[in-house]
Amino acid sequence: MEKIVCVLCPMGCKIKYRVEDGKIVSVQGNRCPRGLSYLEDELKEPKRIVPTSVKVVNGELPLVSVKTNRPIPKRLIPKFMQLIKQVQAEAPVKVGDVILKNVLDTGVDVIATRTVKRVNSA
Amino acid sequence: MKTDVLVIGAGAAGMAAAIAAAKKNLKVVIAERDEITGGILNQCIHNGFGLHYFREELTGPEYAERFREQLNRYADAIEVLTDCHVLRLNRDKTALLVSLKGVFELETKAVIYAAGARERPFGSLMIPGDRPSGIFTAGVAQRLMNIDNRKVGRRALIVGSGDIGMIMARRLTLEGIEVVGVVERLPYPGGLLRNVIQCLRDFNIPLYLSSTVVEVKGSERLEEVIVASVDEQFRPIPGTEKSFKVDTLVLSVGLIPQVEMLNSLVALDKRTRGIACSNTGQSSNEWIFAAGNCTAIFDLVDYVTREGERAGEYASRYVNGDRFSLGIPIVPGENVMLTFPNFYSGVDDLTLYLRCRKPMERALLKVGGFEKSFEDLTPSEMIVVKIPERKLANLDMVEVRLEEV
Repeated sequence: MEKIVCVLCPMGCKIKYRVEDGKIVSVQGNRCPRGLSYLEDELKEPKRIVPTSVKVVNGELPLVSVKTNRPIPKRLIPKFMQLIKQVQAEAPVKVGDVILKNVLDTGVDVIATRTVKRVNSA
Repeated sequence: MKTDVLVIGAGAAGMAAAIAAAKKNLKVVIAERDEITGGILNQCIHNGFGLHYFREELTGPEYAERFREQLNRYADAIEVLTDCHVLRLNRDKTALLVSLKGVFELETKAVIYAAGARERPFGSLMIPGDRPSGIFTAGVAQRLMNIDNRKVGRRALIVGSGDIGMIMARRLTLEGIEVVGVVERLPYPGGLLRNVIQCLRDFNIPLYLSSTVVEVKGSERLEEVIVASVDEQFRPIPGTEKSFKVDTLVLSVGLIPQVEMLNSLVALDKRTRGIACSNTGQSSNEWIFAAGNCTAIFDLVDYVTREGERAGEYASRYVNGDRFSLGIPIVPGENVMLTFPNFYSGVDDLTLYLRCRKPMERALLKVGGFEKSFEDLTPSEMIVVKIPERKLANLDMVEVRLEEV
């Protein structure tokens, strides 16, 4: 049996599995169904949620924290970071606001994870 | 000013405690030294919070925002004082506070202390060499990067493979800082395995186990860090030195419960180094309750929230006239490094947190008449069990043991 650790949550289930002819034939150790989909993704196309931050214009803070609302392919992370560097949000920003839609054609949105109030620039 | 409950600190534990007390119709003042509530959650922009408590995965700021909304909902009962520092807590249940409005005294019936932890500083590591700029604790680097939009350097080495260290390794990498490695003194990673994978392996960041920093060099800015392998007593092995040319050193070498303000008022626990508490959150001083990382360092904010709520509930009962004793001591036994809480009052079931002393493949946990088996234990992952009251009856001390099987 091969071993893999699910990274979807801090439980960190240690999943044991066997693959025959490119198909998963047995799985144990995942405490929830998300472990199985994680395993499938990990074998085909590993995906991660990316938390980061973007600049804010006219905000009480220089940055607003953001995340991808679903995991994106791991191989796209460097490209994603290049793109996100160019992005600016205009205050006010509220938790859950969509900052960037359908990022890199993944169908995944980048959403704000905190509220940043507007301050009028002096 | 008068209140029923004074909560000191508006991080995860303090916010939960304030809300729990407000739900019992008490008047609450919560004092926070930062300009916003939420504590360290605000700068922890990574995901992984809330899975136990909310059954969904949130980032730190999102987790904080949910409790901030609740503080607002109970605005009639809870007065939030930000930019406010508690200067002194007195034996007569008064506190001296300072805020932008000036210095003032507050009279309370109970205190819930939730001041969190501080980071172990560079100075405490006794590393020989120069004292240049470019050396940060992980939390300071995190605040500079995530809140203040400041880049801390160009090329970095991380010391300590706790979760914060690994998460900062990823964060620095994503922001274009080259992370040359993570150095860990122990023969196994200090944080969760998921972080080894998603923070280090995903970005090909090497993890140097059984290694330590033996020298830092640099005239103004950090220039070079020397790392060596260590033996079982953590002594550097001569001849194993490696040089890393870096301008930034990030330390993630542990958290220390912040207890100074209460030093003369309550007893501390010598293992957790935090405020010794009963399972009610009560300290050795009956009107002072405590919760969160000032009592023991917790793995998950979800646990801290639960402990904050517990302290809030029992502090409310205390204000309403209920009295409980500290109870019988809870003592770490075989293979157990530390336990929390430190006393069992006999009121209610016991939610027990513990860390094992060494990695264990299979172990049987024994607490009074309670037994539970575990697999794949490591000191970096806290064990949490709920032990029914009846399993702890007629004991004069609760010994917590992990037997190897």
